[in-house]
Amino acid sequence: MGLKQFNYQLRRFVNQIKPNVMEGGKFHAFRSLFEGFETFLFVPNETSKSGVNIHDSFDSKRLMILVVIALCPAMLFGMYNVGYQNVLAGGELATTGFWEIFGYGLLAYLPNIIISYLVGLGIEFTVAQWKGEEIHEGYLVTGFIIPLIIPITTPWWILVLATAFAVILAKEIFGGTGMNIFNVALIARAFIFFAYPSVISGDKVWVMDHKILGLGCDLPDGFTCATALGQTATTGAVPFDMNMIWGFIPGSVGETSIIAIALGAILLIATGISSWKTTFSVFAGGALMAFIFNKCGSADNAVAMMPWYQHLVLGGFAFGAVFMATDPVTSARTETGKWIYGFLIGVMAILIRVANPGYPEGMMLAILLMNLFAPLIDHCVYQANISRRAKRVAKSK
Amino acid sequence: MNKKNKEAFIAPLGTNNPVTVQVLGICSALAVTAQLKPAIVMGLSVTIIVALSNLVISLLRNTIPNRIRIIIQLVVCAALVTMVSEILKAFAYDVSVQLSVYVGLIITNCILMGRLEAFAMSNGPWESLLDGLGNGLGYAKILVIVAFFRELLGSGCLFGYQVIPQWCYEHGYINNGLMLMPPMALIIVGCIIWWQRYHNKQLQEQ
Repeated sequence: MGLKQFNYQLRRFVNQIKPNVMEGGKFHAFRSLFEGFETFLFVPNETSKSGVNIHDSFDSKRLMILVVIALCPAMLFGMYNVGYQNVLAGGELATTGFWEIFGYGLLAYLPNIIISYLVGLGIEFTVAQWKGEEIHEGYLVTGFIIPLIIPITTPWWILVLATAFAVILAKEIFGGTGMNIFNVALIARAFIFFAYPSVISGDKVWVMDHKILGLGCDLPDGFTCATALGQTATTGAVPFDMNMIWGFIPGSVGETSIIAIALGAILLIATGISSWKTTFSVFAGGALMAFIFNKCGSADNAVAMMPWYQHLVLGGFAFGAVFMATDPVTSARTETGKWIYGFLIGVMAILIRVANPGYPEGMMLAILLMNLFAPLIDHCVYQANISRRAKRVAKSK
Repeated sequence: MNKKNKEAFIAPLGTNNPVTVQVLGICSALAVTAQLKPAIVMGLSVTIIVALSNLVISLLRNTIPNRIRIIIQLVVCAALVTMVSEILKAFAYDVSVQLSVYVGLIITNCILMGRLEAFAMSNGPWESLLDGLGNGLGYAKILVIVAFFRELLGSGCLFGYQVIPQWCYEHGYINNGLMLMPPMALIIVGCIIWWQRYHNKQLQEQ
């Protein structure tokens, strides 16, 4: 069956079940669910009824799915790394094959992503059905990111609470996708960070410590393995190592591999979905701030003394710069604003890492803080432009 | 009790609540609600102070010169707040230590000055007393609701007694640390406002 034939059959099938779920149909309780999937499969066949609008077949569902594809390298590597860290800690790395390691990571990671989507989409569909609106597609990306930015060992009930908290209080009460002030996935992480700090920081949470369906190793009780940033903040400097680029280090699932994140970044920037200005200026701001601390910081503070390039590859810095700072909803919208917004995220992230030993990872707080300032930055850019033009008019008279 | 007096007493408990509708006294509602006991003591202290200062100002209202009315209101409030603070120190020392500066700061509570200006200066003593009681209890009600959730979910206790059974902790349940921080109190107050507006059509803006 050719692709065209398949497409035709699928369309026919969707058209067949459509009357049953529309208003008055037998299963009208699933209307929003159906619509969500129909527009996911096919570009909607409708035009707006008011005003003049420019339409593009590349709508926000197509955009979201590209972001998900860009996240895939980080996720696949993250799964492998989950297994790798487990067998490495168990001392069985030499005797375990690639697929066993990957299979372990897959089994460990799968429940997290299922929970994230079930809870988040469940709330989205309920709200959409209740208000009689269309499903918002924003959760497609958010739900994919949430399990990537938390440790693999996060208890499931905490993940459920955090996802529900973020979707309801950071998104739905503001009016759903496109209306939120803060990045929803980061709110989920911030909720865990402040409500249950013991499951997301310290040295016991980064490596799975038990077998799953016979795969992997059982680690002894009290096994600890800190992230490089955590170690630097508590016990002292960690030398630079190529694994920090490849990603074979403990950390939140998706954040460790710079290579995988770079693949995603190339796709996002090449397709024009995320702004290279934001990503670049986050790195520039972080590098500059870390460089200043290298030169002027106190020599006793190991985090301040960490080389600037090492700051950029450790922790969630790269992941945040590529996937979270560029979120089109919560970042600055003006082109000049993007430079300022990104630069200040980089600066704040390093500042928080260095100045507050309690928060060895500053990226989450830096992005959330700048989310809050993004509208103000845009406002200032607009006003500057207006007054510049007003001056030009006054001069030409 | 006629209808107007009843309204003065009942409205602040519900549709004209000082915290959730007038959005006054939020600061102390965030600060003292990590546990139920200080929240209840704080609620009662504010109730007594608002009721009595309303009564005193209402009795004096025809003799107060208009230009210096604020300073006189403040003197009355300050005297009452000091009395309550001393009584707490004498008979409930632990709670007064927990409440720390917030008892003294009742004097700057917006509910207090708001009721004196808006009600006691233009109504009789009996109505003013009822209005003060109603507003104080309306404030106390919100404090108790917020403190209930914060103490239950934040420390697993109510009035200091553990209510979440030990086997939950043994199976991996962890107290929610965010509940002990003031931001969560603000979110809970927000949820109460949400719930209240959802059920009261007249509170919803168009």
